[in-house]
Amino acid sequence: MTERWTYEGFEMVVGLEVHVELDTATKLFSGSANRFGDDPNVHIDPVTLGLPGALPVLNARAVELGARIGLALGCTVQACVFARKNYFYPDMPKAYQISQYDKPLNIDGRLALSDGTVIGVERAHLEEDTGKSTHLGGSGRIHGSEGSLIDFNRAGVPLVEIVSRPDIVSPDQAREYVSELRAILVAIGASDARMEEGSMRVDANVSVRRPGEPLGTRCEIKNVNSVRSLGRAIDAEARRQVALITAGESVVQQTRHWDEGDGRTHALRSKEDADDYRYFPDPDLVPFVPSAEWIDEVRSALPPLPAKRRAALAVLCGVAADTEAVMTVVERGQDAYVAEVATHGADAARALVHVKEAFAELGARPRVPASDLAALVAMESSGAVTATQAKTLLGDLIDAGGGDPAALAAQRGFEAMDDGELVALVDAAIAAEPDAWQKYCAGEDKAMGALVGHVMKASRGQADGKAVSALLVSRRS
Amino acid sequence: MSTPSTAIGIAAAVRSGSMSAVDAVEQSLERIGASDGDIGAFLTVTASSARDEAAAIDAAVASGSDPGPLAGVPIAIKDNMCTRGIPTTCASRMLDGWLPPYDATVISRLRTAGAVIVGKTNLDEFAMGSSTENSAFGVTKNPHDPTRVPGGSSGGSAAAVAAGFVPVSLGSDTGGSIRQPAGLCGVVGVKPTYGAVSRLGLVAFASSLDQIGPFAGNVADAAVVLEAIAGHDPGDSTSIPEPFGPLGAAVPRGVEGMRVGRITDLPAGADPDVTERFEAAFDALADAGADIVDVEVPAFTYGLTAYYLIAPAEASSNLARYDGVRYGHRVAAPDTDAMYVATRTDGFGAEVKRRILLGTYALSAGYYDAYYGKAQRVRRLIADDFARAYTHADVLLTPTAPTVAFEIGAKSDDPLAMYLCDTYTIPSNLAGHPAMSVPFGTGADGLPVGVQVLAPAVGEATMFAVGAALERAMGAQR
Amino acid sequence: MAGRITDDDVAHVARLARLGLDPDDVQRAVAELGAVLEHFADIDALELDAVEPMAQPYPLTNVLREDVVTTSLDRDEVLAQAPDAVDGRFAVPPILGDGA
Repeated sequence: MTERWTYEGFEMVVGLEVHVELDTATKLFSGSANRFGDDPNVHIDPVTLGLPGALPVLNARAVELGARIGLALGCTVQACVFARKNYFYPDMPKAYQISQYDKPLNIDGRLALSDGTVIGVERAHLEEDTGKSTHLGGSGRIHGSEGSLIDFNRAGVPLVEIVSRPDIVSPDQAREYVSELRAILVAIGASDARMEEGSMRVDANVSVRRPGEPLGTRCEIKNVNSVRSLGRAIDAEARRQVALITAGESVVQQTRHWDEGDGRTHALRSKEDADDYRYFPDPDLVPFVPSAEWIDEVRSALPPLPAKRRAALAVLCGVAADTEAVMTVVERGQDAYVAEVATHGADAARALVHVKEAFAELGARPRVPASDLAALVAMESSGAVTATQAKTLLGDLIDAGGGDPAALAAQRGFEAMDDGELVALVDAAIAAEPDAWQKYCAGEDKAMGALVGHVMKASRGQADGKAVSALLVSRRS
Repeated sequence: MSTPSTAIGIAAAVRSGSMSAVDAVEQSLERIGASDGDIGAFLTVTASSARDEAAAIDAAVASGSDPGPLAGVPIAIKDNMCTRGIPTTCASRMLDGWLPPYDATVISRLRTAGAVIVGKTNLDEFAMGSSTENSAFGVTKNPHDPTRVPGGSSGGSAAAVAAGFVPVSLGSDTGGSIRQPAGLCGVVGVKPTYGAVSRLGLVAFASSLDQIGPFAGNVADAAVVLEAIAGHDPGDSTSIPEPFGPLGAAVPRGVEGMRVGRITDLPAGADPDVTERFEAAFDALADAGADIVDVEVPAFTYGLTAYYLIAPAEASSNLARYDGVRYGHRVAAPDTDAMYVATRTDGFGAEVKRRILLGTYALSAGYYDAYYGKAQRVRRLIADDFARAYTHADVLLTPTAPTVAFEIGAKSDDPLAMYLCDTYTIPSNLAGHPAMSVPFGTGADGLPVGVQVLAPAVGEATMFAVGAALERAMGAQR
Repeated sequence: MAGRITDDDVAHVARLARLGLDPDDVQRAVAELGAVLEHFADIDALELDAVEPMAQPYPLTNVLREDVVTTSLDRDEVLAQAPDAVDGRFAVPPILGDGA
C-alpha cells in the first residue's frame, strides 16, 4: 500500500498527462516515415511542413492503436472529431496542432495499481507531434542561444495523450502509474514508450492542500525524462508550493521545467499572453465514428495485459506478483516462455530466476528451446549440478542456442562430488583458514564466506556451495 | 476553316491532327503578349513550359495516342493553386517567389487531360476580396471596360477568358469568387458541389467553403473542364466518393418540365438593370418549357453574416502558417517571436489582416459561442432551408451580383460595401451546393450581367442543363 | 452578440495573430470591425439553441488511409525555399519563452 504524501500538514494532488508516440510506419496525417534517428528533414512532405495547399488524411493504423490504448485502459471508445489548437512556435509547422478537444477518441478509463488503488483516466486522444528545435550557441539551451535549427522529421508523428484524473496522492503512486502504463503500452504493441528517447513524455499537474480543503492552484511540470525523476520532480514541486503557502504567499498557475541538475522546478520566462488556443473543428478532416463491430474487433485482438500476466506467472512460480523477477520477466514478454519451461516438468520458480538473470537480451522468444532449459533446471533441482555449474551451463546453452545440458555438463567435466570428497575439501579449508574458522565458531557468520570460497576454489567450482555450507554448519555445532 | 476558339473545338482539332497544340498555345501566348499589359490578368506566363508541353502533345498525337479531352487547350490557373517549380504567390508579398515542390491535384488532372497551362492569374490576396484590387502585384482590369474591376477574387482568371487570352481557366470560389467575376466579365463560371473537386494543392482560404471550378466562354466548355478536374481524391479527406454524373449529355438536354424556383424572400439590393435581366431569365426558361415556382429560403439573408464569421475564422488559422520559418517572406528580427510579427505585418495586405483579426476575434476565448458557434448554427439553418426549397424546385435562380462591374477604387475604402457584393453567391458555399453564373445580356453602360443557377449537392447535371438553356436563349436573342 | 469590440480586444487579437498594429491601426480596426460586427447582429434575432452546428457541408465520416510510407520531398528542393537553413535544418533567430 503506497502511503499518501504529507508535508507540514499538506497533501498533494497530482494528475498526469502522458504523451506516447505510436508505433506506426507513417505519420498521423501523411505518408512520411515515422522514424527516429535519421538525418534531419528527410521524412517531410507537404503536410508535415505545413506547405500551402497541403491536406491531412488520417492514418488508419494510428486510430486502431489509439483505440487499443483506450480499450486497454477500460475507456469508452467514441465518435471523435479533430480540432485545431492554434499557437505559434517554430517547431509547429502550421502554427496549429491537430488534436482532439471536446470529442476525443477515448474517455472514462482507469488504471489499477498493484495495491488495488484505481487511478481514473479522463481521456486518451490522438494528436500530432511537433518537430525538434536545436538551440545554437553556449549552453545548448533556449536562453542565451544565438538561434535555433528545426528538424521536422518528428513533426506529425502520431501521439496519444493519456490524461489521468487528479487521483494520485504521492510520488510513488505517480511512478507506479507511469510504470504500469508503460508496461501496458508495450504489451499491446502501441508504443515502445521510452522516456529516455522521448517516445513517452510525462507532464505532471501538481497542487497541494490541507486535507479536506478544495483543490489548490496547480502548476504543470515539464521536462521530466525518467520515472525516477518524475517522483523527485513532484516531491520538489509540492514542497515548493507548501513553502510558498506557509510563507503567506500564493501559488501562481504556470508551467515549470524540472531541472535534473539542481533538483528543482523553474518557471520559464514567457511572454505575457494567456493561453487562448482558439480550438475549433478542423475543416480539413471529417469525424471518425467507430462501429460497435470495429470496437469489438480491436478489443478482441488485445493481448492479455501485464497485471493479468504477472498474476498468472506469480501463481505458476509460487511467488508474489510484485516480485522483481515477475515484473521484469513480464515486462520483457518472457512469461509465456517460463510457462512453457514449466510444462516440461521443471521447477517454474528456478526457471523464472534463470530467465530473469540470464535472458535480458534474448527478447520475448529466447533462442534456447524451453525443453533444454527445463532439462537443466531438472538437473539442478536433483543436485546433479550445483547452482554455479547450472549458471555456466546456461551460458553454454545461450551461446549455442540450445543443446543437451547433460552432454554439456559431461563436456565440462561437471559431476556431482561424492560426500567423502566434499568432507575432505572442507577439512582442508578449515586447516588452511584457521582465523576464519575461529571467527566463524565464535559466531561471526560472515566468516563462513572465506571457508566456502576456499572449497570452491580448490574444487574449481565443482563443489555445491549449499552442501559446503551445510557441512560447515554441522561441523560448528 | 477558321481556327477554333472554344476548348472543345481546339481539343477536337488537336486530337484529329487538323491543328497543332503548339499553334493553339502560340496563339494564346501571342494574345497575352499583345494585350495583357492593358488587362493585367496574369502574374506569371509560363511560355517556355507551355511550348514544351504543347510539343509533347503533338508528338503524342503523331504517335497515335490520345492526349485527352482537353488536348492542346491553353488554360490559365488562378495563382492560389500549387504548380511545382512555377511561382505560386496568392498575390501576396508573403509568397512572392515561392516555388511549390508539388502540384495541386487539379493541375495533374488537367495535364492528364491534355490541357496546357499558359500562366498563373491575378487574384485578391489569398482570395480575399471581390474586385481583385487586393493584389500585392497590381489591379486586373475588366476587359469590357478597363476603368472597372473584373470582380474577384478570381478576377485574373475571369478576365483572361473574357479577353480571349485562353478559352478556359480555373478559379476558386469561397463565397462567390468564381461566379461574381464571371458575372462581371460576361463569362461562364462554375462553383461545383463542395468535395466534387479536390482541394489538395489549393492554398486554403476557408477550408469548409473553398472549391475550385472552371471559367469558360460557354457552358459546354465549362462542363468539359469540370469533368476533367472532378472526381474522388484520396488526398483530400473532404473529397466526395461518388461524383456527379456526366455533364456533356446534360448540356443539350433542355428544361422541359423542370421546376425553376424563384426565391420570394431573396434579399433586396440588386440594381434595376440587374433585376431586369434576372426577370428576363425566368421568362426565357418559361419559354423553353420550365415551370417557374415560388419557394422560400428564409435564412438566405443571414448568409452574409454567417460567412463573414466562418470564413475569416478558418482563414485566421489557415494563414497562421505564414510565419517566415519554412518558406516565403521573412523580415529579420532579433528573436523568433519578433520575426513572426515583423514578417506577418509586412507580408500581408490590409484586407487579409482585417480578416485575420476578425476571424481570430470570432474564435477567441469568450467569443466563440457568440460568433463562430452561432455562425455554424446559422449555416445549418441555411442548408435546411435549401433542402426544403429543393422539394419544390429542381434549381433556383438569383442574380449573380447586385450590380454590374464597378469602377476601380469605388468600394476599396468600405469593407462592408465590398462584402455585400457576395450576398447572392455566399449561401451556396455555406450549404456546399453547386452554383454557376451564366452571362445573360448587358445592363448599365452595356456591361455584362450574370444570372446564377443554384442546384442541390451533386446536382451539377441539372444545373448545366439550365445554364445551357439560358445560353441558348441569349444566343437566340442576339 | 457580445458587446462592442474594444481597443483591448483588437490589441489582444492582434497579439494572438502575431500582427503588429500601431495605435492608428488599432483605432481603424476598431471602427471597421465594429461596423462589420454591428451589421452581423442580424443573427441575434434567430432562435438557434435547437440547431446543430454545421462544421462541414458534406457529411462524410471515417476517411482513412493505409499506414504505408510514401516518398519524402527532396530536402534540398524544400530548403532552397526556406528563408534560412543550416546543416539540413531550418534556421530561426533565438526563441524566447516556451511557446505553447
